[in-house]
Amino acid sequence: MTEITLGKALNAGLRKAMSDDEKVVLMGEDIGKLGGVFRITDGLQQEFGAARVIDTPLAESGIVGTAVGLAFRGYRPVVEIQFDGFVYPAFDQIVSQVAKLHYRTQGRVKMPITIRIPWAGGIGAAEHHSESPEAYFVHTAGLRVITVSNPQDAYRCLQQAIASDDPVIFFEPKRLYHHKGDVDLEASLADAPPVGVARVLREGTDATIITYGAMVSTALDAASAAEDDGVSLEVIDLRSISPIDYDTVTASVRRTGRVVVAHEASREAGVAAEVIASITEQCFEYLEAPPLRVTGHDIPYPPAKLEKFHLPDLDRILDAVDRVLDRPNSLTGAES
Amino acid sequence: MSMQTTPIADTTQDLELSERLLAPDGTRQKNPELDPFVADVDAAQLRALHRDMVILRRIDAEGIALQRQGQLGLWAPCNGQEAAQIGTARALDPIDFVFPSYRETGVIYARGAQPGDFVRVWRGEEGAPFDPAEMRIAPLQIIIGAQTLHAVGYAMGIKHEKAPEVAVTYFGDGATSQGDVNEAMVFAASYQAPIVFVCQNNHWAISEPVAVQSQYPIAGRAPGFGIPSLRVDGNDVLACMAAMRWALAHARAGKGPAFIEAVTYRMGPHTTSDDPTRYRDPAELEAWRTRDPIARLEAHLRTAGELDDEQVAAAQADADVMAREMRAACLGMVTREPLAVFDNVYAEPHCGIDRQRDEYAAYISSFEGV
Repeated sequence: MTEITLGKALNAGLRKAMSDDEKVVLMGEDIGKLGGVFRITDGLQQEFGAARVIDTPLAESGIVGTAVGLAFRGYRPVVEIQFDGFVYPAFDQIVSQVAKLHYRTQGRVKMPITIRIPWAGGIGAAEHHSESPEAYFVHTAGLRVITVSNPQDAYRCLQQAIASDDPVIFFEPKRLYHHKGDVDLEASLADAPPVGVARVLREGTDATIITYGAMVSTALDAASAAEDDGVSLEVIDLRSISPIDYDTVTASVRRTGRVVVAHEASREAGVAAEVIASITEQCFEYLEAPPLRVTGHDIPYPPAKLEKFHLPDLDRILDAVDRVLDRPNSLTGAES
Repeated sequence: MSMQTTPIADTTQDLELSERLLAPDGTRQKNPELDPFVADVDAAQLRALHRDMVILRRIDAEGIALQRQGQLGLWAPCNGQEAAQIGTARALDPIDFVFPSYRETGVIYARGAQPGDFVRVWRGEEGAPFDPAEMRIAPLQIIIGAQTLHAVGYAMGIKHEKAPEVAVTYFGDGATSQGDVNEAMVFAASYQAPIVFVCQNNHWAISEPVAVQSQYPIAGRAPGFGIPSLRVDGNDVLACMAAMRWALAHARAGKGPAFIEAVTYRMGPHTTSDDPTRYRDPAELEAWRTRDPIARLEAHLRTAGELDDEQVAAAQADADVMAREMRAACLGMVTREPLAVFDNVYAEPHCGIDRQRDEYAAYISSFEGV
């Protein structure tokens, strides 16, 4: 085990993938000499050359569209979109081409493209630099959508995404880039759990918190705080939000009967809505209370000084826990 | 003193200002720059091009007929564009890889498509009619201009491997307004990728005339991206072949991308769902009828004594055979079973799609024995 940051783990994962398969090429803006604005590709151009670590023109549709062409020729392109809010110019290529070519060609053309997106808020950034656009991609058939919440997953899941013959949208919580954790850099990928499997990070009996990405840390903090209050919370990191591992999710809900789903993204037609709808379909009779969502508001991402009023935090999660447990909460008043 | 600015083009003059080897009446014109690229093209080869164009026009007519008879959902006619498609596509090397739009029936034909391949997509049976790797051509692309980026990416791969192939992409005048086409030219130039851009300027993007897309000759845009270009008479099959050979040689020699604008005309509707009488002057159509690509080559060959009635009839007979086979293949197509809609959404197992397939299978089987 080596203790490294999530950012370094991604860098190590890219290096490993490039060493293992010469068809892996990286594309993106400023990913060469600069090593990317977050330094995730630091040193890779020096090591693998400018033909495999490609600084591209500033055109996101162009980056993804040319990645499609490279995939046609048997490459495994790994694309870096510089910031979450910059992915929209590439939306057509992702939705109409990357996601559909395998289907369109009846499986004759594979699109093993990984699209890495530094993602979500909490870093006091300018407009378009803190967005959570994952629901758009979850809604798109043909894509897989992976999120990571810790260095070990970052290292492993990124390699799995690159090795996958399906296109993967890979969300990296940018506010965790500098968080450290133990990573097993030697373990074989073959021994790793499949990329689509959710993980129970903390077992509990009273309610289940389901989340992903940077919100996983917040949920774990909430569970610790709740424990002090005598409440036992189970925390699930979905990791893959398309597809979602409902076996793990519903097994937990059947035990606890109470559910809170948390994410930074806006609420309407978001991942939490989908998760709760599926839970309701699959294990309604086990529910003791209406499942609740704790999400960003249905607003454009606010200016940096206001983001703390938008992002779900520990207290908002605990308030939702109180509501599903029928304890005094923000709606009932403290003394009910 | 007045500022020297770029002149605004009169797009109605595009054709007159295009490179040409065969005049509309079939007269061979000298062109010192293009002539060397077709010096080897003898009468037999010209007759083969004529036959190709006759067959293509017949395929197109059969496609329209099948749509009108309810056998196809849609057809995108290429009538009038035979020379632009056959001339450029017959210049390709078998190893080259093509990324077409949806109107390149002639390019697909030249790449060796089987009779059923022309209709499989338009009938709604499959998303792609053939194996792209085998035919060296991507499935037809409906999103305007999207395929140009794919071609550039493919060409980047060719360059990376120092392979001798060239990537080629076809698109129309309307597509030149798309960001993707402009981005494709930026990427192609930046990486000096071996790609040929073939723009068939057929003057109409559904109802919008080319002047809505561009106030400057389309071929004139490419040099602004650092890409050399040629504008050819797109109804002159020999000029189209010569221009394509120039462009392919340029790209194959490691000199980077090249751009061809083939000035032609969409004689039919945009698709079988369109009604051009609502927006097009019949006089314009009549003017273009006098520039017909097949009649032009036929006149040239007949004047030279290289084509007789018997040979024309033989080409027409071959075309009729193709049409019959196309119709038979179309009518004989077997629609896949219901659960096939779930096939190939993903390349690897996917629990979400597996669940939906199972649910739908159970639903379907609930009708069994009812």
